Amino acid sequence: MGFLDSLGRAAAAKVESFSALCSFTGETAAAILLLPFRPRRFRFGDFAMALQRASWDALAVVSGAGVLLGVILAFESATALKMFGAEVYVSDLLAIGIFRELGPLITAIILAGRTSSAFAAEIGTMKAGEEIDALVTMGLKPVRFLVPPRIAATVVAMPVLTVCAELAALFGGAAVLRMMDVPPAVYWDHVKSTTGPWMISYGLLKSALFGFIAGFMGCFCGLKTEPTADGVGKAATAAVVGSIVAVGVADGIIAAVGYLMEG
Amino acid sequence: MREEPENIVELEHVAAGYPSETVLEDVTFSVRRGEIFILLGGSGCGKSTIMKHLAGLNPVVSGRLAVCGMEWTPRNRAKLCRRIGVMFQSGALFGSMTCLENVLLPLEEFSGLGRTERRLKAESLLSDVGLADAADKMPSEISGGMRKRVAIARAMALDPAVLFLDEPGAGLDPVTSAGLDDLVLRLRAERGTTFVVVSHELESIFKIGDRCAMFDRARRAMVALGAPQELKSGSKDPFVRAFFNRGRTNG
Ligand SMILES: Nc1ncnc2c1ncn2[C@@H]1O[C@H](COP(=O)(O)OP(=O)(O)O)[C@@H](O)[C@H]1O
Ligand SMILES: [Mg+2]
Repeated sequence: MGFLDSLGRAAAAKVESFSALCSFTGETAAAILLLPFRPRRFRFGDFAMALQRASWDALAVVSGAGVLLGVILAFESATALKMFGAEVYVSDLLAIGIFRELGPLITAIILAGRTSSAFAAEIGTMKAGEEIDALVTMGLKPVRFLVPPRIAATVVAMPVLTVCAELAALFGGAAVLRMMDVPPAVYWDHVKSTTGPWMISYGLLKSALFGFIAGFMGCFCGLKTEPTADGVGKAATAAVVGSIVAVGVADGIIAAVGYLMEG
Repeated sequence: MREEPENIVELEHVAAGYPSETVLEDVTFSVRRGEIFILLGGSGCGKSTIMKHLAGLNPVVSGRLAVCGMEWTPRNRAKLCRRIGVMFQSGALFGSMTCLENVLLPLEEFSGLGRTERRLKAESLLSDVGLADAADKMPSEISGGMRKRVAIARAMALDPAVLFLDEPGAGLDPVTSAGLDDLVLRLRAERGTTFVVVSHELESIFKIGDRCAMFDRARRAMVALGAPQELKSGSKDPFVRAFFNRGRTNG
């Protein structure tokens, strides 16, 4: 009884949260697709506020993380490449790694920690305070009201933040290589010749997608908040974990598909 | 003016509760147009639960519930939402908006009024509840009683046929609480609004209540229905008599 019972309960909870995810996805899709027909429904004030918090307020931490990323990558790869006297190729490795993969990824992780959790906490607090119920009784759909401005904010913020992280990382790498007697001019020449508009826009498109995922997860976990004392905290945690996992999965799929299409 | 049916709220054999548990079994009562109807009972007996059913937040699993002659079906929802106003137990003001913006929101979304008209209307609603000078304050900057009054102003914004108020007087000082009672009476006199009010305060029940329904948690049922005076003097149920006669030597 005990084991089967708990197994059944766990399965039922999984099914329930999966169906909640499906209906949230549907409502979000409808809200976004209907937007062009009713542009005045878009809550611009919420968008502006969320955008400022997601981008401007995150600029310092994203740039800092970018510098660290560049420095660490440069040291680690230089240790290996030094054996072949090929330190100068650290710049190529750095550029490819950062623009294709690590810039968007590290920015997405920071956005998940800062913004996705903030969305979940904000909406969760609204849920606990019956504000969501108040919206419903006014005849407003919470998803249509709350979600599009927030997702729009993260989708816009992510590429901007990603560019900052990438530039910061390249400068971090440049500083390290300079200590290893690679002249900056040579470094930047290598960076320029390995990157191209296609590679950069590939990374930025991915980062917009990651922004969508983080905004989506934050809103979803917020609306799912249980009205208990620790409900809001749990929702924020779930948003961070959910965003990072979903970003990882999406990134993996994109990498695999890209590899198969090239091969 | 739209025509409302004679019974604004009708419950027939409704089992009130949540998917996980039934809180009250077999609730039957109706609220007439223009009436002030009180829901009362001990804490946790299901008053807010009934309110959530009435406001369409909680689907009814068995029995029939109609508000303004309509059941809460997906088709009726948009229409019905426009006819009701709800004040939640906590007020449920939007914390990221000022008091004025809270009142403006339903007007912006549904009224079709122009910008200046909306603003004037919202300001007049706030002064109706005596809070004209709190317009630009955030909900966190005002007291609980003021939040409830702003919530009433917001609920009234679209001139609903019926207002559901969950414990408007709870936790307020006697003066503020009496002020809310006067507000309810005035609104009914001016606009003919029907009210369903959750309340514990005997004084307020006698002052504003036309009829009331009383619930008992232990029996999970409605135990009394009638005018407060009638219940006070005529009820056979000891639970009901005890409530109406507590702390009062004569009436
Ligand atoms: N969301 C919910 N899910 C399940 N049970 C609930 C929920 N909200 C309240 N209850 C239960 O319903 C009962 C009645 O609660 P409520 O209607 O809030 O009482 P009150 O009369 O004090 O307003 C309580 O026993 C409470 O535990
Ligand atoms: Mg209650």
